[in-house]
Parts: sequence; structure tokens; C-alpha cells
Amino acid sequence: MKLLSHSLLAVSALAISAFAAEAKTFVYCSEASPEGFDPAPYTAGGTFDASAHPVYNRLTEFKKGTTEVEPGLAESWEVSEDGTEYTFKLRQGVKFHSNDSFTPTRDFNADDVIFSFQRQGQADHPWHQYIPGVSYEYYTSMSMPELVKSIEKIDDYTVKITLNSPEAPFLANIAMPFASIVSKEYADTLEAAGTMEDLNNAPIGTGPFKFVAYQKDAVIRYQKNADYWGTAPLIDDLVFAITPDAAVRLQKLKAGECHLMPYPAPADIEAIRADGNLKLDEQAGLNVGYLAYNTTVAPFDNPKVRKALNMAINKQAIVDAVFQGAAEPAKNPIPPTMWSYNDAIADDPYDPEAAKAMLAEEGVSDLAMQIWAMPVQRPYMPNARRTAELMQEDLSKVGVNVEIISYEWGEYLAKSMESGREGAVILGWTGDNGDPDNFLQVLLSCDSAGEGGANRAFWCNEEFSQLLKDAKVTADPAERTALYEQAQVIFKDQAPWYTIAHSTQYVPMAANVSGFVMSPLGDFTFETVDIAE
Amino acid sequence: MVRFILSKLLFLIPTFLGITIIAFGLVRILPGDPVLLMAGERGVTPERHAELTAQLGYDKSLPMQYLDFLGRLLQGDFGNSLVTKKPVLDEFLALFPATLELGLCAIIIATLIGVPVGVLAAIKRGSWFDQISMTTALVGFSMPIFWWGLLLIIFFSGMLGWTPVSGRISLMYYFPNATGFMLIDSLLSGQEGAFGSAVSHLILPSIVLATIPLAVIARQTRSAMLEVMGEDYVRTARAKGMPQRRVIGVHALRNAMIPVVTTIGLQIGVLMAGAILTETIFSWPGIGKWMIDSISRRDYPVVQSGLLLIAALVMMVNLLVDLTYGLINPRIRVK
Repeated sequence: MKLLSHSLLAVSALAISAFAAEAKTFVYCSEASPEGFDPAPYTAGGTFDASAHPVYNRLTEFKKGTTEVEPGLAESWEVSEDGTEYTFKLRQGVKFHSNDSFTPTRDFNADDVIFSFQRQGQADHPWHQYIPGVSYEYYTSMSMPELVKSIEKIDDYTVKITLNSPEAPFLANIAMPFASIVSKEYADTLEAAGTMEDLNNAPIGTGPFKFVAYQKDAVIRYQKNADYWGTAPLIDDLVFAITPDAAVRLQKLKAGECHLMPYPAPADIEAIRADGNLKLDEQAGLNVGYLAYNTTVAPFDNPKVRKALNMAINKQAIVDAVFQGAAEPAKNPIPPTMWSYNDAIADDPYDPEAAKAMLAEEGVSDLAMQIWAMPVQRPYMPNARRTAELMQEDLSKVGVNVEIISYEWGEYLAKSMESGREGAVILGWTGDNGDPDNFLQVLLSCDSAGEGGANRAFWCNEEFSQLLKDAKVTADPAERTALYEQAQVIFKDQAPWYTIAHSTQYVPMAANVSGFVMSPLGDFTFETVDIAE
Repeated sequence: MVRFILSKLLFLIPTFLGITIIAFGLVRILPGDPVLLMAGERGVTPERHAELTAQLGYDKSLPMQYLDFLGRLLQGDFGNSLVTKKPVLDEFLALFPATLELGLCAIIIATLIGVPVGVLAAIKRGSWFDQISMTTALVGFSMPIFWWGLLLIIFFSGMLGWTPVSGRISLMYYFPNATGFMLIDSLLSGQEGAFGSAVSHLILPSIVLATIPLAVIARQTRSAMLEVMGEDYVRTARAKGMPQRRVIGVHALRNAMIPVVTTIGLQIGVLMAGAILTETIFSWPGIGKWMIDSISRRDYPVVQSGLLLIAALVMMVNLLVDLTYGLINPRIRVK
């Protein structure tokens, strides 16, 4: 009943805009239904595209089209000498949205910031479990519980966050969707009305679009926020038409049923390029696909053996056959679009003869190994099975007998992290915040080589890990860059992975759409789009 | 008649209990657990895994979990989705009308075409009509739904532009879900063109979903008719000089309908299976798509309660079918 009344009001609101002759409605054929509209408890990009990006803002924001951090709801900030105290000056005059059950009586202020972080971090906070079973996985996985010592209100427009240790990526971390600022006043209203779960159903934020209504698995409707503190959107209404199948999305785009779609099938790219009614934006993705050896098990504990295997696999063939050319062969664990990418590093040459000789030199003969191929398609890996088959064929030429293994996805993720695991694992990563730490620390450090980490090579190189630690507490970007560049040299030399590729991301759209900016983080945001008449 | 219904209802209880065990067990036989799937490539520490598992109540033994599930069911609590955190029953009720609307349209198409085709094929046994229709039915029966749906979209929506690609109604129209049935809501809304838009969106998915049941019904009607037409009473009716139309329409068809009604009833299960694929292709917000999403995320409460609700519905339909026999053939209800 509640939802109905929400939508009834929304109807009247929309009816007005629908009948205003010039109303511009932009339709996005999104891929998946949002899990909910509170960005904090979720981790899926599709959920953030529907919640964090249109409806909310954060203290810091990623500058459009980049991973650079710029002021958001915080106008400016100061960092203490030791890098543990961040004092944020908040933007004044920022209005929260309103809906039929809530009209804000005050502007955004420090209370909202404190509420937004504390509800995630404090287990005894009344909003920590506002829906039974809710948990804050991003907050936890970005190590915020260990990192944040305190968060204090200095005055209405000043907030101080104190960290337990210096953390250079902190400003990028709080630009991530989980750190979206929600209205404390709205939360109080909901609490008084006994409808706390509406924080997740009917979101109120400060973002460029107001949430209007959601019909599960079908349509989400938003309306331009006329009071937006930033540059107001050019379109009046934003609609997400949820369309899970890529081929159907493309048909809808062609038929004019939507203006823009995510994730086209690689096989359709050429046809889209050839279609005069469509255009295609492309950008190197902030991702990496890799094959991780188990560096704790003989003979894969020998870097020379790993290096030899790496030289036996034809990377270009994988890029051509599996990615259909829509990828860049990877030589480093971080993508070339990321700062500190070490382009001076040369990839291991594809040289089966040399590889064979190296294996013989290390006394390795008749090697049999497993290669694990994941059962699902991911942005960094369109077809792991096919990749594994190509590797199998190449390795057989240097006398290595490969058995291909696969498990159900959840099982695959779990079993691939079991220490003593047999075989090398195909997997990948898409960046969360554009910081190299988010790749190198998460995937390759000694800290993450243990149980529950994501270092599936179980590779622990003290020198490498120390460089990451130093970089993390260094504020100067130039110094950090130098440290990460050095870390990549060690990585290449030690070869814990066979780096496969950085896949290209494509966004097809109608030819009359302008102003769409692709995000290196893979976000879809629409405050800058426009439709030509 | 009342005793007949009561005895049928009584029989539902053990069936229902059996289904709760199957629904509960099936999703847990699948490898992979919801916590790991939520964490993805990121991984989750064993402590955090244990904590989240306990929070969800999945650290208890399976029999205990089952009893919890059953206990809550008896209080009318179907649990909350692990993903959206919303009550499973609310989600089911929000999505079910879409599936029902599509399913009803499909079964109506299948029956209205399937029965006459079957009857005609039986009367003209061995004719070209019989052969073509039965071959087509065989092809229809073996049709891969996903491929078929996409083919129709590309041809009718893409190339000809006759029908919309997917969805339930044009996004231009926007009105509250009064009943959840788009055909009814669009009429109630009073917005010009809304009903037409809803109908045009229903055409392709209904055809796709109707394909397999249509084939089955046509074949079943044909064989039932052939059998009945060889019976003594039909010969007698003919010998009396009764007109052909009356022989077929009254004496043969009514008796042939019993197995056909059973078949139509059984197609409800087939429809549910077909709905999973049809709804995914046509972005139809129904329970088929909901179930498949939930299975891939190991959303245990949704899968087990969703299966249960669907099974309960199928059981209700079968009960109605049983009662329909009584109407068609009074001897059954006397027994």
C-alpha cells in the first residue's frame, strides 16, 4: 500500500512533466535489477548505477571520465602532517530530495556525514541492522573498520575523520558508492514512522536525479533534481528499462526503445559500428584477466619455471580468439589507464623453444598441471574455457600436459583460495577506485595471501609487499608512482601470474545521444547526457 | 461433491509437506553458498564468512534449518530475500500477476488453436492437413525457446517493426499497479493508447510461451478424438443418422475432452518452465526470471519459498482440473 501511494504521487509528478511539451526522457536499457537503493550494503555495479550515481553524492567524487578525486559534498579538505587526520569543509546550501513522506527542513550538514559512516561502522548503531541481515561488505572490504579511528563534528559544516594509520588511497575510498551520504533527517523520520526499510526502497539523496518509482525487474524512474548543487542534468526524466539479455538490449536500442545500453555481446560490435543510427564509445577497461600459479607448490615455486610457462603461451592468439581483438595484451598486473603503470617493462616474449630449454634447465620434464577455467563470463574474461584450451594447446608444445578443471562459480571462488591448491587459476579483477593499491595490495600482497584474501597465487614477496606498504603511507603522488613502478618490475621478474589481457569496454548508444562520458570504473551516469531533437 | 472436494484437499497435505522437503533440499544440494557469491573475486575471511553465515542462520544443522523453515511457514512467514532483504511473499505477489497474465494468454492461445487443429486433424486423418499440422506440432514441441524468442524479436520487432522488442508496456505510459495485470491496469488508467500498447507487448511472449503447450494440446486432442470416434456410441450415433457436426461436437468431443483437459492442466508446469526463459528474453518482470536470478545467487529463502508457492499453485490448478472432470463426466464425481 505504501509503495502504491509513493507511486501515485509520482504519477502526478510525472504526468506534469510528460505533458509539458519539451520534456526529455532518456531511456537506459540497464542489465540487472538493483538489489536495493541504499548503496552501502551492496557490491554490484548495476545496483550503484541505480542508486549511488543518480540519487546520491559523496564527500569526494571521481571527476567524470577519470579516476581523479575532486570535491563533492566536501568543498575542500586538509590532511594533517602525519596523514591520519582529514578535516573536511562541507558544501553549504545543498538540498536533499523530497518525496511524499518526507520534505527536508534543513540543508545537508555534518550530521548527515557522521550518520552515513557510523551506521556502517558501529555494530550498536540503531541503523546498523535496520533491515535484519544487512551487512556492509564494501565498508568492511575496504578495511574501513580497522582504518577509521573516529569521526567528529567540529561544527555544522566541518567534519574530522581520524585514521589509525596513514592511508594514501583514503580520499579515493570515500568517493566510492558505499560512502554515499544519506539524510539523517530522513532516517529519523522513517524511524519515527516505523518504516526504516524505506531507506532502501525510497531513497532520498542530494544527487542529480530524484528517485520516482521502481517496478521490480521492469522499470526504474527518476526525475531531474532541479535544485541540484552541481550542474543540473540536461534531461528531464531518466528511465531504466531493465533488460537482462544482451541481444535483446541491442534490438531495443535499434528499435528506438532505449537510448543507450551497457555490455554488448563481443560478436555484435562490428554490426553496431556499421549501423548508421547507432554510435559506439569505447575505452580500455580498468581491469585485468590473469592466470595465477600456486607459487607455494613445486615446481611452480620456482620463478624460472613460471617464466618459462609464460613464454610458452601465445597471448595475441588469446586476445584475437577469445576477446575478438577487444582487449590489450597485458604485461603488468595493473591496466595501462591507471597511473603508475610501468610502460618501460617488456613483456615476456612468446618463444616456445626458449621456454622448453628453460624448463629443461630447471630439471622439469613431463610436467602435468591443471588450469582452472571459471564457469562464468566476466568483464575481464569473456570465455575462460576457451582461454584454457588455447593455453593447453600451447603448453602441450613445450611438453606440459594440461588438464582443464572447472567448478560452479561459488565453489570456484572458494576452492581457488584453498592453500595447497593444485593448478593455476584463471581469474581477474575490475578496479574499485582507480588506485593501484586496489589491485596490487588486494591481489598480490603477503597480507592477502592467507585464507580469505584474494591473492590466488599465494605469492608473498617481502620486497614487493614492503613497496606497497611504503606507497600506502606516502602522500606525494610522484613518490607513490615510483614505488608502484618498482613493484611492477619485481612482479614481472617473479612472474606469479601469467597476465592475459585488459579488456575493452564498449557502450553503444543512439546516434542522437550526446554528452555521455564513459567511466574507467565502469559506472553509468547520465547527468551530462542530452538527446538531440 | 463436497466429499469429493474434501478428499482431494486432504490429499494435498502430505503432498505439500513433500514439496517443502524438496524445495528446501534442492537449493542446498547445489554447490556454492550465498556468502561466497556475494563476496565474488574479492574473497571473504573465514571469520567474516562464519559471522555472515551465522547471521543468516545457515550455521545450524540442516534438519534444524528445515524445522525453522517449516515453523515459520506455518506462521505464514516465507522468509526474506538475502539479496533485496524484502519478504519473499511480497516479491512473489508483486511479480506473479505478470506471469499469470502471460501464462493465461499463452494457454488461451494454445487451447483455442490446439483443440480445433487436433479435432480437424482427427476427422481428416491422413490428409495433408493432418500431416502438416502434426509435423508442425512436433517441431513446435522441440523448439528451443530462447532461440525461438530471439528469432521472433529480430524478425517482427527488428526487421518489420510490428511489435515492441520487450517489456510490458511502452515507457511513455505510467500509472500505478492497481491489479498487477497490465491489460486491466492500462484500461483503468484511462490513458489513450495504453491498452493497445499492453496488448502489443503481450503478443510475442505469449506466442513463444504458447508454442510447446499448443503442440502438446493439438497432438493430444487428435489422438483422444481418434480413440473416441472408434467407440460404439459414436457409431450408433452415426447409424441413427445424426448429422456429422452433432456427432463430433456432442458425442465425440465431450468424451475426448477428459484427457485433453488433463493435458491442459499439466501444461501449467510446462508453462512455468517456459516462463523462466520467455521472461528472461522479453524482460518480462515475472516469477520465472525472479527464480532464475535467485538460483544463480543462491538466494535460499527465495528459491525454497518461491518453489513452494509455485508448487502450491500447480497443485491448485490440478485440483481445479480434477473438479472440471466432475463437470464434464458426472460418473467421476460419483466414484
